[in-house]
Amino acid sequence: MKVVLQNLTKTFPSRNKKSNEEVVAVSDFSFTIPDGQLIGLLGPSGCGKSTTLYMISGLQKPTSGRIFFGDDDVTELSTENRGIGLVFQNYALYPHMTVKQNILFPLQNLRGADRLSKDEMLDRAQNAARLVQIEELMERKPSELSGGQQQRVAIARALVKMPRVLLLDEPLSNLDARLRLQTREEIRRIQKETRITTVFVTHDQEEAMSISDMIVVMRAGIVQQTGKPQDVYDNPANLFVAKFLGTPPINVFSGRVQGGRLFIGEDAVLDVPDVPDQAVTVGIRPEGFVLDPQGPLRCHPTNVEVMGRDVSIVSTHPAAASPVIRSIINADLRVDISQELVRYALKPHKVFIFSKDTEARIPFEVK
Amino acid sequence: MVDSKHQWKAWIYLAPAIALLLVFTVWPIINTVRMAFLENYSGLKAAGGQAFAFGLGNFTKVIEYRRFVSCLKNTVLLCVWTVPISTVLALLIAVSLNAIRPLQRTLQTIFFLPYVTNSIAIGMVFAAMFNIVGSFYGTENEIVVTAGIINNIIEFFGGEPVNWINYGSTYTANLTVMIVYIVWNALPFKILVLLGGLQSINKQYYEAARVDGTPRWRVLTRITVPLLSPMLAYVIITSFIDGFKEYTSIVGIFGENMGPPDDAGRLNTMVGFIYDSLSTNSQGRASAAALILFAIILVVTLVNLRISKKRVHY
Repeated sequence: MKVVLQNLTKTFPSRNKKSNEEVVAVSDFSFTIPDGQLIGLLGPSGCGKSTTLYMISGLQKPTSGRIFFGDDDVTELSTENRGIGLVFQNYALYPHMTVKQNILFPLQNLRGADRLSKDEMLDRAQNAARLVQIEELMERKPSELSGGQQQRVAIARALVKMPRVLLLDEPLSNLDARLRLQTREEIRRIQKETRITTVFVTHDQEEAMSISDMIVVMRAGIVQQTGKPQDVYDNPANLFVAKFLGTPPINVFSGRVQGGRLFIGEDAVLDVPDVPDQAVTVGIRPEGFVLDPQGPLRCHPTNVEVMGRDVSIVSTHPAAASPVIRSIINADLRVDISQELVRYALKPHKVFIFSKDTEARIPFEVK
Repeated sequence: MVDSKHQWKAWIYLAPAIALLLVFTVWPIINTVRMAFLENYSGLKAAGGQAFAFGLGNFTKVIEYRRFVSCLKNTVLLCVWTVPISTVLALLIAVSLNAIRPLQRTLQTIFFLPYVTNSIAIGMVFAAMFNIVGSFYGTENEIVVTAGIINNIIEFFGGEPVNWINYGSTYTANLTVMIVYIVWNALPFKILVLLGGLQSINKQYYEAARVDGTPRWRVLTRITVPLLSPMLAYVIITSFIDGFKEYTSIVGIFGENMGPPDDAGRLNTMVGFIYDSLSTNSQGRASAAALILFAIILVVTLVNLRISKKRVHY
């Protein structure tokens, strides 16, 4: 089921009674979610991603704009008639019911022609449980399950009605690091198996990047960029997106373009012939540094972090926006940080230039 | 844990409370048991130096006493009627209060007001509301004037006025008034407890229920009530205990007469029975009745706890 969001806007009345100013949670959000895809809504807390999800679910009404499931306009439709499955951040499993009762609950609510026989219900519940691999837990109470198992039950409960759209609100935030990795693969697998159009919300860019077909990066209610995770990572539209994606985060420097050359401090690091002279912000991905005795960028190394396959050189530079900059280098290269200076050459496609004022990306031709 | 060297300090701090509890709580309990098993025990006679034989005489006397069965019946009937009615009403009111936004605080205060009002005073107001004749202690020959607002309302809708509590009123009418009064009196505290419970239920359960298209009635019975069950259990158990100790409310409506003018003591309860025994200096009989009441409350509470173990989800 294709989901179309058209100029979706949601404002809340201000909590401050004195000012009549409204809080804009989501502003003019337009996006088409292709059928059968997994979409990650990504952004820092308060960026409107959850509000967007709740508007798709119908639990919140948009202030303006329309929502379509396929060709049906569902904007005025109430939650229960939209045919969605929603997995809450803390799962919201009914604590007094067993896993089986929890999964059966949505089916027992069906009335009239949709009503299933007892056997059909049990069958559907069993299938949902098998899909998320919790068949042996059916008689347990939610309190007797681990976080990951509760998560699966919540997904099973959302899937048992065979929803047109599956929505997940921060599905992994309550899990520990190991379970998180495992569960996100699981979500990916379930989505692939069911082919249900799925939207999930997260503030964790790694999570979104790793399993989404497409990501939507939001900030303060406004969509910053949409696209395939790798495309967004490789081609950030602005400084915010560049900073938000990637671990370790991108290194930011203040710099300037002068005579077709990009300067960071006093170091002319790249030739950018078609960029007019101006003050700019420069972002360099940690993997964009190459150790080179003749390299133009001179940094003062402070220490080396060994991460197994790679090492990360922590160094400082007077023009850097953050106290330290991190570069990721192949561990095979021995790094001597006792030296005063470490010199880097830069991979041009890992370097982004942003306007100092608008923070928008300034494209440049790589020779 | 205080180390043993300094424990004597703790004991000193506790000593006044322990001393008072021993004198005014523990000893009276022991003494009640003692008096209950001493034949025909009376405080006056004991003071005169009389000795009493050990035996079960007080218990047989209590059970054979003319009014005992009616006292027990009144107590049980009031409990059985008022506890479910007041609990269900309180639940519905609390759920409704919880569902509204404007005026919630104001209504909450209004519903709680009876709790801070003296129950004898409320009883007198109820007596006036259910009154049918000019004077409360009416006689057969008194002129009948409809005075109570309840009968005024009944007449307004074309009904026949009912003799609720006055001379010649029926037991059923008396009991109805008592049930209405006790339920009304019990509501505020229950609403308060249940509303508190409701407000601590995570809103996401209701959002989940909405997504699942759960009908309202099912939300109440399958989600709200189970999630509220610890509060409900607390409310039911304590109100059964309060119910078995019912006394003040009868005095509030009928005065010390404990019944309509022509049948004094008709609505007397277990606690009333104990007080009556004390006032005739039959401490032995009063003690035996108190132990019987204690046994009943104990059994009912155990049954309650047994049921709640299966039904309550903590």
